[in-house]
Amino acid sequence: MRKDTIAAIATAMSDSGISIIRVSGEDAIPIVNRIFFTKGHKQILSEAESHTIHYGFIYDGEYKIDEVMVSVMKAPRSFTTEDVVEINCHGGVLVTNKVLETVIKNGARIADPGEFTMRAFLNGRIDLSKAEAIMDLIHAKSEYALKNSMNQLSGSVANIIKNLREQLIYEIAFIESALDDPEHISLEGYEDKLSKVNDGLLFEIDKLIESAHDGMLLKEGINTVIVGKPNVGKSSFLNALIGKERAIVTDIEGTTRDALMETVKIKDILLNIIDTAGIRETEDIVEQIGVNKAKEYVKDADLLIYIVDSSKELDQNDFDIMEMLYQRKSIILLNKNDLETKIDEISIAQYLKDIYSKNNGTYNNEIPIIKTSMLNKEGMDLFEKIVMDLFFSGQLKINDEVYITNMRHKEALMEAASSLRLVRQSLENHMPEDFYSIDLMNAYTSLGYILGEELGDDLVQEIFSKFCMGK
Amino acid sequence: MLDIRDTVDVCVVGAGHAGCEAALACARLGLKTVVFTVSVDSIALMPCNPNIGGSSKGHLVRELDALGGEMGKNIDKTFIQSKMLNVSKGPAVHSLRAQADKQAYTRQMRFVLENQENLTIKQAEVCKILSEKDPETGKQKVSGVQLFNGGIYQCKAVVLCTGTYLNARCLCGESIDYTGPNGLKSATHLTDSLVELGIEMQRFKTGTPARMDKRSLDLSKMEEQFGDERVVPFSFSTNPEDVQIDQVSCYLTYTNEKTHEIIRDNLDRSPIYAGIIEGTGPRYCPSIEDKVVKFADKERHQVFIEPEGLYTNEMYVGGMSSSLPEDVQLAMYRTVPGMEHCQIVRHAYAIEYDCIKPNQLHPSLGFKNVIGLYSGGQFNGSSGYEEAASQGLVAGINAARFVQGKEPMIIDRSEGYIGVLIDDLVTKENLEPYRMMTSRSEYRLLLRQDNADLRLRKKGYEVGLITKEQYEYVLQKEKLIEQEVERLHATTIGANKTIQAFLENNNSSSLKTATSLAELMCRPELNYRLLADIDPDRPLLSDDVIEQVEINVKYEGYIKRQAKQVETFKKIENKKIPAEINYDDVNSLRLEARQKLKQYKPISVGQASRISGVSPADISMLLIYLETYDYKGNHHE
Repeated sequence: MRKDTIAAIATAMSDSGISIIRVSGEDAIPIVNRIFFTKGHKQILSEAESHTIHYGFIYDGEYKIDEVMVSVMKAPRSFTTEDVVEINCHGGVLVTNKVLETVIKNGARIADPGEFTMRAFLNGRIDLSKAEAIMDLIHAKSEYALKNSMNQLSGSVANIIKNLREQLIYEIAFIESALDDPEHISLEGYEDKLSKVNDGLLFEIDKLIESAHDGMLLKEGINTVIVGKPNVGKSSFLNALIGKERAIVTDIEGTTRDALMETVKIKDILLNIIDTAGIRETEDIVEQIGVNKAKEYVKDADLLIYIVDSSKELDQNDFDIMEMLYQRKSIILLNKNDLETKIDEISIAQYLKDIYSKNNGTYNNEIPIIKTSMLNKEGMDLFEKIVMDLFFSGQLKINDEVYITNMRHKEALMEAASSLRLVRQSLENHMPEDFYSIDLMNAYTSLGYILGEELGDDLVQEIFSKFCMGK
Repeated sequence: MLDIRDTVDVCVVGAGHAGCEAALACARLGLKTVVFTVSVDSIALMPCNPNIGGSSKGHLVRELDALGGEMGKNIDKTFIQSKMLNVSKGPAVHSLRAQADKQAYTRQMRFVLENQENLTIKQAEVCKILSEKDPETGKQKVSGVQLFNGGIYQCKAVVLCTGTYLNARCLCGESIDYTGPNGLKSATHLTDSLVELGIEMQRFKTGTPARMDKRSLDLSKMEEQFGDERVVPFSFSTNPEDVQIDQVSCYLTYTNEKTHEIIRDNLDRSPIYAGIIEGTGPRYCPSIEDKVVKFADKERHQVFIEPEGLYTNEMYVGGMSSSLPEDVQLAMYRTVPGMEHCQIVRHAYAIEYDCIKPNQLHPSLGFKNVIGLYSGGQFNGSSGYEEAASQGLVAGINAARFVQGKEPMIIDRSEGYIGVLIDDLVTKENLEPYRMMTSRSEYRLLLRQDNADLRLRKKGYEVGLITKEQYEYVLQKEKLIEQEVERLHATTIGANKTIQAFLENNNSSSLKTATSLAELMCRPELNYRLLADIDPDRPLLSDDVIEQVEINVKYEGYIKRQAKQVETFKKIENKKIPAEINYDDVNSLRLEARQKLKQYKPISVGQASRISGVSPADISMLLIYLETYDYKGNHHE
């Protein structure tokens, strides 16, 4: 039984309200302490008393993910009788997933179905009468999880992983044959060969891990934030996408005070669109809160849509907004092109160029600029095409996707990749073969986990079928 | 009227490598023991290759020695060439292999057996295991053995080490001899008695190459292979100076396309390809015809010519075992460079024999369904002298402990290759003779041949086969290693001129800040001996201590990682399953898992988790059931 630290989302996954991530095990507190900061940017969790709750933020490196409440329960006075930390997240499904991912990245692993309950039981926390029921529950859940996880694995991903494993086991079998039968099989010059194979495998796995981002985007939707000054047509644009009046659209500046979230499907991909209060310097306190919040959302976004009223001259507020687009996936809409236009693509591009060079970057026209009119529904088709291009290189084929959409799969891939990095390191240090063959085997096992395959006599089979050994 | 010849504690059936270790262990543990053999002249016979050890097998011999076995001492006294294999690789896969003088090996082991107190050697074929019903468990319980001539030896435990002798037949082309190896009498009655006891048998096959007359070979056409300049003994109790002897050479040559052509042209005369052989052969030691068929693209295969002893001209032809008819053998051997005029002394043959399905055994090597019956060696479906001896020792120790009313001694997978060997045999599906391989050991970096004494001497001492003196030596060694490793970590080396000069002399990059001696030792280009120049305060330590210090410091990261894995392993391994468990009471087990658990009767949750067809979810069920079981158990008291 693995007694390492486990984590999972403890509440049902829905868009509503708060969700809780539970972390349990020896390293629960240090792991969360690494990513949790108070408002004054202090790491305080390692000194926290048992049964206390703390307000602050979860960070993934530099990047602030969510505003949270974190409670600490120390062993043995917790549900599992181990150290437990619970993170109350506020940011909805996507953000909760992101927080979980960060916890995993910092040393926990995803809990198996029913594992918290099982730990609680094994540690004597749950009484006997519940035991039988839990057994059934764990069983049902693990069957479901396996099925579910297999369903989430597309045929092409499974094939890629099978192929990677075949390459791995071949190399391991070769090393092992040579170790077991040094007089028949020589490892001379093998380091260079393996080094190439290893780099190739690592490249493929890293590509799959990256695809997980696209895969999650595909499954969960692209987090999109609409920004722009008041009354440039942000809500009208949203409504044009949704096809119904959802946001209050008026001609008075500042009518959209709080953010609205809508999920829109265009050409098989989901956009989770947040319409923010018009960003501008404002004196109105209520609106000020909205503006601040908008800036927060911008940080979390996968895509920024900046809407400009092309009938008006740009001002300082526009320049401030354009600063936010620096090195972000964004699309600029020159709206109200039915009116007489005061600005065009060229002038916008010039401003972007200035902003990039001010930040020591070079602007290569990576931000698409489209002319639109919400009144005439102009430019919407082009907008959809550009979104596809930006996120899926225009290549999205829903029925044959090579995307990782499952967090467990991603975790297993990351484990495999880190094993192969250890192999690379051992190769660089010219360690003997029997050391890195262990890491190769770990990578093989991690990948097998994605396919639902247990480790059997694979290695011995491979050795005998591929290499001629013996007296 | 029963013909009772004697009443003893333990009867050991067979005096091969397993039987010798079993018999010696029982007798040395103070039990009155008889060992039966079909031929006293064949005690510890080496009917196949003339060597002991090799990759992973060398580990077994070292472990055997640490526990108090005889094989290591015996080969140290009778070897004629010795080599440490894999020295260019990591310390975990270094493996010792020695060429034996076969006759000397047999003679020496026989001498040890004959002079062992409490041990009697008896030349006879055992035909029947006698048993009676145990009133407590309803199972059969061993009460003695019966010989071919009707004589009975009453005993409390029996260790079966029948090797390849049960219903053996040797095949060479169309000719079939119903004998054991080397034309020795086979044992044809015991299988029936075992089947009667409800033991499930299977049929395995193995083979051996021809022996040539040395005078007919042109060794000058082959590559000469020498032993190591400095020989390392197998046994921890052998004085290293005693093994620095004049060694003999082995020779290497190769098959060629002509050889392969002859084999291919005559495949229809091979009993394997003609379908006469029913037994399953080992894939790791394929016959030359198997190699040619399975690896058709290989242009040549290696052939090792090895002397069988100092006082014989017979040479073993390693790499070319075969069951082709002798005329074909002669033709194919004569295509090999240096063997153009070879004369066969003994032809190659395949041998088929009865053995058990080893999943009927506990990790103690006692039968699950017959009380007092133990077994080891090829009878258990393994292959190799070293595998046999290891099991023989464990079976013997546990038969003795059974008679003495003690708990069995079990070596787990994290303690030794012997543990891996036995666990694989009793827990996994074995469809061919089992050979030890380093890749079968998941904690390989910890289970090295160099530290077998540190790992297992204590166990040997507790069992009673290791003297207090030997045990205390290991304790002292352990302490010295620990202290020295600690000192290396604690000793700081400043970035001064002397140090930088030393580093430059050894092609090592210079220091930016102060560091520890241990850190420096981790550099590939540096080692403990080299660091002597900048480490004036080091204590005087023996070579075996220095070796351990070096390995522990240099590979610390890897070793620690494995040690952590072992910790996790131990937790589940130490979770015992009571013998009286009823798997029908464990809810939610899948049907397949329930059947397998009933069949294998694992002794621990760890063992259960390694049975194929038992999933992690099933293990969770089992764990939860066991918790409630303990709970219930406590309540009854």
